[in-house]
Amino acid sequence: MALTREEVRKVALLARLELTDEELDQQAKHINDLLKHVEILQGVDVTGIEPTSHSIPVYNVFREDRTRPCLPREAVLANAPEAREGLFVVPRIVEG
Amino acid sequence: MSELIDLTAHEARERIAGGQISARELTEAALARIQVVEERVRAFLTVTPELALSQAEALDARRAQGEALPSLAGIPVAIKDNICTTGVTTTAGSKILYNFVPPYDATVVTRLRRAGAVFVGKANCDEFAMGSSTENSGFHTTRNPWDLERVPGGSSGGSAAAVAAEEACLALGSDTGGSIRQPASLCGVVGLKPTYGRVSRYGLIAYASSLDQIGPFGKDVTDCALLLNAIAGHDALDSTSTNVPVPDFTAACRPDVKGLRIGVPKEFFAQGVTPEVAATVRAAVDKLVELGATAEECSLPSIEYCLAAYYIIAPAEASSNLARFDGVRYGLRSSEWVGHIGLMERTRDEGFGPEVKQRIMIGTYVLSAGYYDAYYKRAQQVRTLIRRDFERAFASYDVLLTPTSPSPAFKIGEKADPLEMKLADVCTLPANMAGIPGISVPCGFVNGLPVGLQILAKAYDEETLLRAAYTYEQATGWHKQRPAL
Repeated sequence: MALTREEVRKVALLARLELTDEELDQQAKHINDLLKHVEILQGVDVTGIEPTSHSIPVYNVFREDRTRPCLPREAVLANAPEAREGLFVVPRIVEG
Repeated sequence: MSELIDLTAHEARERIAGGQISARELTEAALARIQVVEERVRAFLTVTPELALSQAEALDARRAQGEALPSLAGIPVAIKDNICTTGVTTTAGSKILYNFVPPYDATVVTRLRRAGAVFVGKANCDEFAMGSSTENSGFHTTRNPWDLERVPGGSSGGSAAAVAAEEACLALGSDTGGSIRQPASLCGVVGLKPTYGRVSRYGLIAYASSLDQIGPFGKDVTDCALLLNAIAGHDALDSTSTNVPVPDFTAACRPDVKGLRIGVPKEFFAQGVTPEVAATVRAAVDKLVELGATAEECSLPSIEYCLAAYYIIAPAEASSNLARFDGVRYGLRSSEWVGHIGLMERTRDEGFGPEVKQRIMIGTYVLSAGYYDAYYKRAQQVRTLIRRDFERAFASYDVLLTPTSPSPAFKIGEKADPLEMKLADVCTLPANMAGIPGISVPCGFVNGLPVGLQILAKAYDEETLLRAAYTYEQATGWHKQRPAL
């Protein structure tokens, strides 16, 4: 079940990657190669096997709901490509 | 001066404590060594001589006041560039973070500061720790100090090369599928991946959160134990760090393997392991038997599926973790874009390298609607089978011995096929999938290139692992070999 260029284009949109046609073809090849490699998993009997999301059991971790110091605003914004009036600058999202 | 750089951390700390040398002298020796060899080795992305000298001088001043010095006082340490350091550029080897200066320290860095370590620089790595050679670094490829035409391994190749080339006495790396142990093996140093949860991941730029773990590199086993002492322990800032007692790991470094039960899992000698490496590792098993251990072959049948399951789980987690790089809050922002989606798409296309894009694409695909059960859930079920195989094995054996890497260091550019490159991690991935600790110790040479012995133990049993590694190391002395640079 090989992925087509159009299917790969859809994955790229979901992943927010702008890929050229050439890159799309490369990615299609890589994904298809990998999917072929992982086909081996389809032969494993996993009936009734619980999935492992963490190797070491992790349970809910609670802490007291108390305020604590956080980073100053200037320190947080210092790495922003564009900041103004103490805020991150982003492109217009709502049209009109 | 050459004598100073040759010291292990535990030797150097005794001399500093005893007043024979100062922290400044030791730091200057490391910085001078970097001056001489770095042009050829290229282990670092950033060297921080001013920071290092000011840290060293502060320690010398404290010593002059008669203060007792902390455990790593004056020891030059290299820190992998995916670990956040306040005020020092941290790129994770990616162009998308080329200008990122963290406003906070990773918990391991906070702990190293408290322990008195001296920070000589940020070590090169594959982009976002995805790779086995440093060839995926967005900046440059690090060279293996034993043969400059060859890779140091990866992804923590800069950390391993810095210790092997004696540019730093110790180093921190991170290990998601072998990224500490494999470069340790290829560079002839000791590298330890602790149990998942043993060391806080707060401030580690995430690749695959259920597999990532920070750990030490050193010239010998005792140095790894010393560095692990400094960084291990529960941290409220990482809810996956476990609240279990932290022993003194250096106390486990004693020569005693009487009655130690060794399992030698045959699956780790199959998948592409060269006959020379297999023979070298089997000789190491014989050596430990000679020293009083018992050994027998065993089997972990589901290991056959480990590589396939890893290359679903790790990219899935990576695609989610790397969604944060959007050109808004930090790092690169493309100068040409249309609309807010265009800003993200263009920035990510310009900032990420090919291997990272590939893993994001695979991860996005296997998590997308309709494919989740067939790929991601099934891979997690296989992960359960791998964990159970290890549980069964550790009911009969104290440690498992395997090769760390199927082959010694390969040539730069030699592994052009991404799948072939991924096979470099076939012996190390299982420990990450099961969350157990693993160490690589030098166990010989093939054609002048170092070979590593991997020792695995059950979760939280780093002590048995260190004891076996120490006993082997002291009986053989492979760790004392140094590359001619």
